[in-house]
Amino acid sequence: MTDGWIIPLLIMLGKSFLAISALLIYVAYILYADRKIWAAVQLRRGPNVVGPWGLLQSFADMIKFVLKEPVIPAGANKGVFLLAPFLTAMLALSAWAVIPVADGWAIADLNVGVLFIFAISSLGVYGVIMGGWASNSKYPFLSALRSAAQMVSYEVSIGFVIITVLLCAGSLNLNDIVMAQDSKYGLFGWYWLPLFPMFIIFFISALAETNRPPFDLVEAESELVAGFMVEYSSIPYMLFMLGEYVAIVTMCALTTILFLGGWLSPIPFAPFTWVPGIIWFILKATLVFFMFAMVKAFVPRYRYDQLMRLGWKVFLPISLFMVIAVAGVLQFAMAQGWR
Amino acid sequence: MNVAAVFFYLFSAIMIASAFMVIAARNPVHSVLFLILAFVNASGLFLLMGAEFLAMILVVVYVGAVAVLFLFVVMMLDVDFAELKQGFLQYLPIGSIIGIVVAIELLLVMLGFTQSDAALGAGGAPIQANMSNTEALGLVLYTKYVYLFQASGLVLLTAMIGAIVLTLRHKPDVKRQVIADQNARTRADAIEIKKAPSRAGV
Repeated sequence: MTDGWIIPLLIMLGKSFLAISALLIYVAYILYADRKIWAAVQLRRGPNVVGPWGLLQSFADMIKFVLKEPVIPAGANKGVFLLAPFLTAMLALSAWAVIPVADGWAIADLNVGVLFIFAISSLGVYGVIMGGWASNSKYPFLSALRSAAQMVSYEVSIGFVIITVLLCAGSLNLNDIVMAQDSKYGLFGWYWLPLFPMFIIFFISALAETNRPPFDLVEAESELVAGFMVEYSSIPYMLFMLGEYVAIVTMCALTTILFLGGWLSPIPFAPFTWVPGIIWFILKATLVFFMFAMVKAFVPRYRYDQLMRLGWKVFLPISLFMVIAVAGVLQFAMAQGWR
Repeated sequence: MNVAAVFFYLFSAIMIASAFMVIAARNPVHSVLFLILAFVNASGLFLLMGAEFLAMILVVVYVGAVAVLFLFVVMMLDVDFAELKQGFLQYLPIGSIIGIVVAIELLLVMLGFTQSDAALGAGGAPIQANMSNTEALGLVLYTKYVYLFQASGLVLLTAMIGAIVLTLRHKPDVKRQVIADQNARTRADAIEIKKAPSRAGV
């Protein structure tokens, strides 16, 4: 009966619990950082009341959401309405099962780790669509339609960008992808430099995939009030917010792994390589998030047709061409015996 | 019973139940959501068989893209549920006859199916022990089966072009966005500065 699976199961549960707690605390401060950076760009103070420098703001918000009454609209499709936020939060968190934060530090070291994250992030759209449809109201419904079109469009270019990285790394395993970037050139050996245009395309597509400004047409407050979240309150709303921010952190981590060398030290000699990998990883992911936050503060929102044009007529041809070019260069290099 | 068997029965049971709910659910959006659940469980079954690449591709392609478009269309239907329910009994006999015919045909095929020794020998290169299944798939897909692979790509391309041709309409009086023109605008040809003397009107 027990062929030695209870102890691995307990270890797995322990790891998951640790990873989720660390992730949630990180997300709480990412939320705070987002608001602070946005405020600083606009010469405001941002959250500064709860705790020293407002450091406990996210926790205060959480307590407030939990204590409020969840309101379910009378015309809503109750089951789907409540399922949507849970699905969003659950899917966002489950992507972290495969992300290695240091060498081998992943809950599950999958052979197809990249595909797993890609699949999970492509499922993220269901939370939005289900929430928008089940609310049975105009703004959420429009938002659901927009998000369906937007996320499907940008997934295509993200997919091609990932393929170029896979071609260079020769593996779908996230751990191997990071190790493939380990070279004597340090940060100049990571894939952001050799695959430079793809790094930019990935960054912008990640913004669109997570509905961050300037692509937040799904919840454009000037047109749709708050999009699919209009009818939500209390814990379901909090779960939507949580899912959204966890998805953003996931995208930051994925950018770090694919293009910024994961947990590798940027300067490949002694005092810097002594720093534990997880610290480099967190620093890099936070740097990527800082760029996300700056984009939110600087760039005005796109018009919907511009968004579609950028995805289909600009990113798709460029990334398709780059896949062919990278494959050609690699094949040539292999034929010449350089690799 | 080991863990894999437990998961096999779990995935299979949920998959069959949700496949049944696809046709039994009264609300078409619920039907599509059950269809998605069935897809996800099918990918779970693939995972159990060690076909992790196929499992992930199933989720990415069917759940992440195809089913989204299904949902997109079905969400916008204006369905009268009372009318739908009425039609159900009317179509039940013919539906069940078709179902029984298909089931019998499938059974006949399955019972009559044998594999010749020659096919057994010729089919499928065995996966080497230290190779991931993505790599193994890639190696045969682009060498042994490259023509079939390209042909299926061409079929999909034809279907795509067909869909575009069928739905493309050029309406003459629609104002379109021409991005090149918008980008080519300069301050000089967009803005004209006029002197408006005060108290004189325009």
